[in-house]
Amino acid sequence: MGDYIVLAISCILVNNILLAQYLGNCPFLGTSKKMETAVGMAMAVVFVLVMAGVITWIVNTYILQKYDLVFLQTIAFILVIAALVQFVEMFLKKSIPALYSGLGIFLPLITTNCAVMGVCLINMKEEYNFLQALVASFSYAVGYGLALVLFAGIRERILLARVPTPLQDTSIALVTAGILSLTFFAFKGMV
Amino acid sequence: MVEAILMMLGLGAVCGTILGIASKVFYVYEDPRIAEVEGCLAGANCGACGYAGCSAAAVAVVGGQAQANVCIIGGPESAQKVAAVMGLDPGTAEPLRSLNTCQGGKRAEDRFYYTGVKSCRALAAFYGGKRVCHIGCLGYGDCIKACKFDAIHMDPKGYPVVDEVKCVGCMACEKACPKEIINVKSMSQRLLELNCEEDALAPCRQTCPAEINIPQYIAQVREGDYEGSVRTIRERNPLLLACGRVCPHPCESYCRRGLEDEPVSINQLKRFVADLEMNSGKRYPITCAPETGKRVAIIGGGPAGLSCAYFLRRVGHHATIYEAMPKLGGMLRYGIPEYRLPKKVLDWEIDGILNLGVDYHTNVKLGVDFDVGSLVSAGYDAIFLSVGAWNDYNLNIDGEDLEGCFTGIDFLSRIGLGEKITIGRRAAVIGGGNTAIDCVRTLIRLGAREVYIVYRRTRREMPANAVEIDAAEHEGVKFHFLAAPVRVIGDERGHVKQLEYLKMELGEPDASGRRRPVPIEGSETRLDVDMLITAIGQAPDVSFKSDVTRLKDLEITRRRAIAHDPITMQSAIPYIFTGGDAATGASLVIEAIGAGRRAARSINQYVTGQKVEAPPGVLYGRHIRETLFEHVEGVRRKPRAKMPELPVDERIHSFAEADLVLSEESAVAESQRCLSCCRLCYDPDVSKVA
Ligand SMILES: Cc1cc2nc3c(=O)[nH]c(=O)nc-3n(C[C@H](O)[C@H](O)[C@H](O)COP(=O)(O)OP(=O)(O)OC[C@H]3O[C@@H](n4cnc5c(N)ncnc54)[C@H](O)[C@@H]3O)c2cc1C
Ligand code: SF4
Repeated sequence: MGDYIVLAISCILVNNILLAQYLGNCPFLGTSKKMETAVGMAMAVVFVLVMAGVITWIVNTYILQKYDLVFLQTIAFILVIAALVQFVEMFLKKSIPALYSGLGIFLPLITTNCAVMGVCLINMKEEYNFLQALVASFSYAVGYGLALVLFAGIRERILLARVPTPLQDTSIALVTAGILSLTFFAFKGMV
Repeated sequence: MVEAILMMLGLGAVCGTILGIASKVFYVYEDPRIAEVEGCLAGANCGACGYAGCSAAAVAVVGGQAQANVCIIGGPESAQKVAAVMGLDPGTAEPLRSLNTCQGGKRAEDRFYYTGVKSCRALAAFYGGKRVCHIGCLGYGDCIKACKFDAIHMDPKGYPVVDEVKCVGCMACEKACPKEIINVKSMSQRLLELNCEEDALAPCRQTCPAEINIPQYIAQVREGDYEGSVRTIRERNPLLLACGRVCPHPCESYCRRGLEDEPVSINQLKRFVADLEMNSGKRYPITCAPETGKRVAIIGGGPAGLSCAYFLRRVGHHATIYEAMPKLGGMLRYGIPEYRLPKKVLDWEIDGILNLGVDYHTNVKLGVDFDVGSLVSAGYDAIFLSVGAWNDYNLNIDGEDLEGCFTGIDFLSRIGLGEKITIGRRAAVIGGGNTAIDCVRTLIRLGAREVYIVYRRTRREMPANAVEIDAAEHEGVKFHFLAAPVRVIGDERGHVKQLEYLKMELGEPDASGRRRPVPIEGSETRLDVDMLITAIGQAPDVSFKSDVTRLKDLEITRRRAIAHDPITMQSAIPYIFTGGDAATGASLVIEAIGAGRRAARSINQYVTGQKVEAPPGVLYGRHIRETLFEHVEGVRRKPRAKMPELPVDERIHSFAEADLVLSEESAVAESQRCLSCCRLCYDPDVSKVA
């Protein structure tokens, strides 16, 4: 049990996928202008990442490793994740329209998001077992959401500040993201 | 190597099959045009159009929320393709235009000093802005900075003004405005907007059941833009000539000027500009949105039906009116007499609506000549029931059916149809509403010597318009207040001879706060009359409800009106909408007009496949508390324009129009009395003089 908590903390804070590994930056900048969108995106990421983590683990363990085809990992994962997201989208649209209209527009956006891909590859590299892979995927996603929501809050504030013209909008956002990431480095020694 | 290829092929095949099956199993019907439209967009999923990706934009186009030119990257080429799919002519697709809604009087006061960045957005983040008024324009012009087409500038009063010619409807200003004051909408969207709690609304405008932008049309009179003023009124009310004459103007009781002075004569200004248009000999053009191909049947051509037809037509749908009487107009024609609303004026006004391309059939009655089933099979997409309230209530007393006894609507509509009715010498009218007053004034004009009103309560409680009661009195009508008829006595030939009534006195106040009249024992009094009209109210005639195949589920209230949602006007049957007297019981013309527009809004939602629902925070029938003041400063008393009238001895001998129109000079002077209120701000007279 303890191991899993440590794993979770390390994935959420120490190795935060966004701020420590710098993966999934495009939506990080794109959807962090408004708190509402950020929250929507965070939820969608949690949803997709957990699914992708599980399915890629299965594909990896029972197909790729079995037939010694691990070198196909990247391309196989892309295929599987893309198909998975499409499937989930169709499923939600039909069966849970309410959830679909909440997440719907973000789902296709993360089909081949590098954070999703990255987490799946990390899971394999670390040779996690199934449960570990599940916990890690979920925690990475929570970390992603956390960073995104924090960042959206900061950006809403930045709008009130007097930013020199050349630095406005994306540039100041990147500078801020850098500083935010430095603060996350403070967790480095924890685990 | 072979293994790898096989493996990838296998994986691909599995994924493909699963998705293929899933798309069958989880198939949700989607308008095929969505996919087609999506194919015409650039496919960059960039979101620059304001929608989450190309598919979302395509959905919006098909749903009617976005225009053919939605795709920013695709440009005109994509717009043309989209328009072709949607069957629209890209040239005539309804353009979006930006408009600033906050144009109140003098700026609302500042709440605090602000020295930060000079941008509305930054300022708005502090407690919603520095102004006391929480919807008010902040005046730093973020919208102006956002506009790439140089279409907005700041007017000297500090409000952004949009140049409609330069505006392309790109939405940049709307997105930039933190207070949602400037918004980009198409004409149809504006025509169907309802007042909401968060809007910039003067108290008069909140009160008007048709939600006319009163301060704006008054300002246009003040600036001499009479055509603009007519246009502003027409955005909410197509029957301005009629309303300018008969409306009891509930707006004026909430006029802010009325707190310190007499209220602005809002309705007479409406009549002034409306008459000006009619007398100018030409009609100001009215634009309609491109045809949508949807068809709506409207049952009853009174104000509610005409208003609904007008708004539906303007947003591009096709409306057909079915009317039971020989001519359109409803109570405006068959209830309200000639001396208040000349038929010539009414005809001119109705022609203007029909000219837009509204079809009509007269002398056909729902439930007799056709039924809802025949409308459905004729392919109508929705039905609007506006059959009015034409069944007179009876007193249920003895002798009510003697010769010489009439009921109010029956009497007035027969006169309206041009029938000759023998008029008595001494006539009594029972009732205290508009119908009763119209009956007595008509009787006087038809030559009755003595005309009485017999009413259960006192003058204070009479529901008729106060001006009408005064006018009737001037014309020589005698009032018997606190009198409750008990029976009608006939002569040997079965003709009415006397009316017996009980005198009443006012007792304890009832639930509505009105003191209830109670009869005085043994106070029977007889009044000699040879004609009697009962006008104690009317209820809708819903006999068509006997059609059980289609109308079984139509709910009828206890007061015999059609049950409906007061905002969407939808009845218990989804494709049937209602409004006017048929929905509310006897009410006002302006109420019927407002209901017609609300119904048009919902019918538009219904026929375009949207959900029929009220907008959030809809205001209808309520006021925004903070806008109702105790008193206003800076008002200099200035008497309200006097309405010119025909002299009494001239008017009681003819049906010539009794109330006359203001002169241009007094109309302009009257318009200057308006304080140009918005929610919290207004223009004190002092500043106008200075
Ligand atoms: C005498 C009188 C004076 C009034 N004075 C004023 C006033 O001064 N100010 C004011 O604001 N309001 C006044 N009103 C009220 C006002 O006229 C009504 O509120 C208003 O006309 C209601 O409009 P409507 O469209 O709902 O119904 P109506 O005007 O009653 O129109 C209903 C139409 O439906 C038709 N119809 C009915 N049944 C059928 C059917 N089965 N099939 C087809 N068509 C059918 C009727 O022939 C009629 O043309 C007055 C009313 C009366 C009776
Ligand atoms: S003063 Fe003008 S804007 Fe203000 S309530 Fe009266 S009519 Fe309306």
